[in-house]
Amino acid sequence: MKTRIWSWIALAIGFLYFALPLIGTIEFSLRKRRGEYSLDAYRWVFEDPRFRETFTYSVVMAICTILVGVLIVVPTAYWVRLRFPRLRPVVEFITLLPLVIPPIVIVFGYIRLYNTASLLPLTGSATGTNFLLMMGYATLSLPYMYRAVDTGLRAIDVRTLTEAAQSLGAGWPVIIGRVILPNVLVAVLSGAFLTFAIVIGEFVLAALLNRPAFGPYLQLIGANRAYEPAALAVIAFAITWFCMGLIQLVSRFSAQGRAKRS
Amino acid sequence: MTLHDDSPKRPRAALPLAWLGLLPFVAFALLFLILPTMHIVVGAFQTADGAPTLQNIRNLFQPSILAAYWISIRISFATALLGCTIGFAIAAAICFGGIPKAIRGPVLTFSGVASNFAGVPLSFAFLATLGRVGLVTVLLREWFGVNIYALGFNLLSFWGLTLVYLFFQIPLMILIITPALDGMKREWREAADILGATGGQYWRMVALPILLPSLLGTFALLFANAFGAVATAYALTGSSLSIVPIVLFAQIRGDVLQDPHLGYALAFGMIVVTGIANGLYVWLRARTERWTR
Repeated sequence: MKTRIWSWIALAIGFLYFALPLIGTIEFSLRKRRGEYSLDAYRWVFEDPRFRETFTYSVVMAICTILVGVLIVVPTAYWVRLRFPRLRPVVEFITLLPLVIPPIVIVFGYIRLYNTASLLPLTGSATGTNFLLMMGYATLSLPYMYRAVDTGLRAIDVRTLTEAAQSLGAGWPVIIGRVILPNVLVAVLSGAFLTFAIVIGEFVLAALLNRPAFGPYLQLIGANRAYEPAALAVIAFAITWFCMGLIQLVSRFSAQGRAKRS
Repeated sequence: MTLHDDSPKRPRAALPLAWLGLLPFVAFALLFLILPTMHIVVGAFQTADGAPTLQNIRNLFQPSILAAYWISIRISFATALLGCTIGFAIAAAICFGGIPKAIRGPVLTFSGVASNFAGVPLSFAFLATLGRVGLVTVLLREWFGVNIYALGFNLLSFWGLTLVYLFFQIPLMILIITPALDGMKREWREAADILGATGGQYWRMVALPILLPSLLGTFALLFANAFGAVATAYALTGSSLSIVPIVLFAQIRGDVLQDPHLGYALAFGMIVVTGIANGLYVWLRARTERWTR
């Protein structure tokens, strides 16, 4: 079969191209000690206090970003579906804008709009800049978060659920928190893990806002060390892999749950 | 909203309350997405004193900035083209290439991971592989006696950067095009076979025309994706390779262009380029949806 040969060739080329950098990175990260393989580069990384500081900072930022994202996206997606179906294309367009406008342009706007001489001098203090960075991350993850939640909402009957909850006397916070959110939890989680992966590796926003995040730390180490960057790349790749694995796990779990219910 | 208060059909309190539900999102989008971008766009057409001008846009047409745009566009074009071709070949292989089903899942999972593995760590991975003492460079030298750096290869060059960008472009292509390929109906192939078409004829006259809007749309998306990427290139080359995002990065950091409003114009130019590419994507995607429904 001719197609089969071509398919295998395409796969083989793809496999080589994607496997070699990974193997190369792992091999390089083990080369710190002369003449033998060792984990010295990893030891150096884990013992570096800046690694722990920047990584913790980025993890905390990622969690805050996810919380803010969920608080903004879930009620909005729900409300648009329930009350303003005609506005859906508009809201969807806005949520996709961060894919159109390069992040570097968005952060440039932040720096100019919220500088110390402006009405809202967010960049004047560390807390303000952290807040701005978090909102920037929330903006970057908006397309993924909104699409995930909106797809999740499509699978449930928003109107009936709402009316049922209302006739049982539930207010809006209860409806959103205890009826809608549990139903779209899987979608929210997959959006959340993607957000986590994005925030952990993000460089441009953190670098230009001068915050001690993991991305700028990576860049700094890359400019100054030989073998440690490779170790960090392996760690970063493992984190991305872990997040994507969680998304897979969560969506498979939900697919099985749905199959059982039906 | 006060206009609607006079309308007798609607209950008075309901309307503002319903709109209130959108307030958090509108405030968020305005403050952290739309206003900052507008500020840049408006600034591109203003002088330092705030008077309207086209001089900033005109200033973009100086050799060094035009060169930066040109190399950015060329890199984005090359990575989008190669990414589309190779990604399509791999996606076609896992969709209907007679490859065992067990391979499909892992390929798609890996594509999800790799398309998100951009930025600083990606540049480290390639330095460790194809840098001057990288694994592949060393192996080629020791096993085959080929010194790729003596042959003129350089990771910090046009082709080097293209090679690195493909690491996230190919998987993105696979992720986007696989659903489109799955939407190809088996009956079309069978009908073509019954009418006596060869495999080549089927692809040329049936499959590719149907897929063309999809392919072009993804191409546009990949183009925009590469055009906006900063971190990978910055970590790889520092500021030695003058692509637009890096010039803008340096400008924001230290005003290298000696003119803040030229920075606005530079950013505005980026929005225009990625905007056109994404507009093409949306338009072409709408055209394919009637086939894949």
